[in-house]
Amino acid sequence: MTEKPGVRAEPAVTVAGVRRRFGGNRVLDGISFDIDPGEFVSVIGPSGSGKSTLFGLVAGLDTPDSGTVSIGGAPAAAGRAALMPQKDLLFPWRTVLDNCALGLEVQGWSRARARDRARELFPAFGLSGFEDARPGALSGGMRQRAALARTVVQGRELMLLDEPFGALDSLTRTDMQLWLQDVWGRERWTVLMITHDVREALLLSDRVLVLSPRPARIRHDVRVPLPRPRSLDTLTDPTFLALEHELVSVLHGAHPAGISNP
Amino acid sequence: MSPTTTSPTEQAVRSAPRSVPAGLRLALPTVVVAAAVIALWQVYVTAADVRPQVLPSPVRVVTQGWAHRVDLAAHTSSTLQVTLIGFAVSLTAAWALAVALDFSPWLRRALVPLFVVSQTLPIIAIAPLMIIWFGFGLLPKILVIALATFFPMAIGLIEGFAAADREAGQLLRSMGASRVQVFRYVRLPSALPRFFTALRIGITYAVVGAVFAEYVGATSGLGIYMAMQKNSFRTDLVLAAVFVTATVSLMLYLLTYAVERVVAPWASTPKEHR
Repeated sequence: MTEKPGVRAEPAVTVAGVRRRFGGNRVLDGISFDIDPGEFVSVIGPSGSGKSTLFGLVAGLDTPDSGTVSIGGAPAAAGRAALMPQKDLLFPWRTVLDNCALGLEVQGWSRARARDRARELFPAFGLSGFEDARPGALSGGMRQRAALARTVVQGRELMLLDEPFGALDSLTRTDMQLWLQDVWGRERWTVLMITHDVREALLLSDRVLVLSPRPARIRHDVRVPLPRPRSLDTLTDPTFLALEHELVSVLHGAHPAGISNP
Repeated sequence: MSPTTTSPTEQAVRSAPRSVPAGLRLALPTVVVAAAVIALWQVYVTAADVRPQVLPSPVRVVTQGWAHRVDLAAHTSSTLQVTLIGFAVSLTAAWALAVALDFSPWLRRALVPLFVVSQTLPIIAIAPLMIIWFGFGLLPKILVIALATFFPMAIGLIEGFAAADREAGQLLRSMGASRVQVFRYVRLPSALPRFFTALRIGITYAVVGAVFAEYVGATSGLGIYMAMQKNSFRTDLVLAAVFVTATVSLMLYLLTYAVERVVAPWASTPKEHR
């Protein structure tokens, strides 16, 4: 599925035959996929299909029962990937800047250097002027941008975004999606994103993986051939609509091979 | 969470000058009721011509208390000293144990039930025994204060650490944080709001504990002063000492708010999430 002519770079992430069960509950049942460096990949799937379990494994917070997860050729471990959790988890006892610098402080940077590095991101993240504010003073969209800045600043090989905009209203959400595409287009981080939102997945991703209900397997792995930069007009592009239809059908149980694209 | 568009400086400007009159307005009903009770008391004592040995009038309590102010001040200073030393010991022990217990689930399971048991011991019975065992010095009083205050503060801290957001701990671990770092960056600050609640309970218990320990036996302090005045039927001076004790407690209680504002200013403002 990822055949490309010519020389291919080593994948940034390799997930191979990963199984995970909790007690008698099989959650992941042989998950395999690769992510290329600089690729934006989304995972969608029904609620409770094990997306978060998969994330825990890639983030190095959990280990698979069998199979392997590697990032940049080395086994996944805490500190290899930067995680942006569903809740923004900005700490009220830290200023916005100190929240963003947290990951570097954990890595052993001095507070001053960590703050300087985090401060560099503030203009691009629309947070200038809020360095010394408390997170409570930020709007919902700003909080998510701050949480993303806290993730990016860690400088890891992979970014894990867990429903980054799930808590936002739909208008702010679309703005944030376009903004994220914009900053990603400049930096080309390797991203693995969980979302419930098929349109969000298609708008942002190079590839979308669809998980089956528990025990989860990869039911579908689809490339998104839409040109970048994508915009609001992309949402009505025939290719977009066809892919949306395809993904929604697969999510609702249709077999991927049986879908005829209009 | 309430997304606001106001800048933090604007918010600070808006909330700061308003808080003082708001505090006064909140305290007004209390002041009115207290004044009414005191007035009623004064009227009753005057009208029914109650003997001061039984119930002195508020005016007499104040005038006699003022006349004995040098004595009262000396005993107050002694009580305050005992309270603060005892409370500092208890506070240190509570922190040390709560932190140790946060790192050791085994210790937690072993010791928390014992803390609960320590709380069921009747101080009324224990305090005189402390005097028998350790004499009239500082040690028995410190022990009584510790017994009265250690438990609420240790439990407040243990529960505070445990109240840290699980996902916040996971976020830190994903960053590669060690257990000590998770504690420092998440669990410790998360515990502060509960700690300050416990501190307020603790400091008032500490004053009561100190006065009680002195009442049982001491060379100086408001407790022994009350005991002596009671034995010489100076009900007015007993009540004056009671009033001073209450004032000391209230001052220390309010002081905890000031400390909280400095140490954890974010804790007293409304939570924006979780």
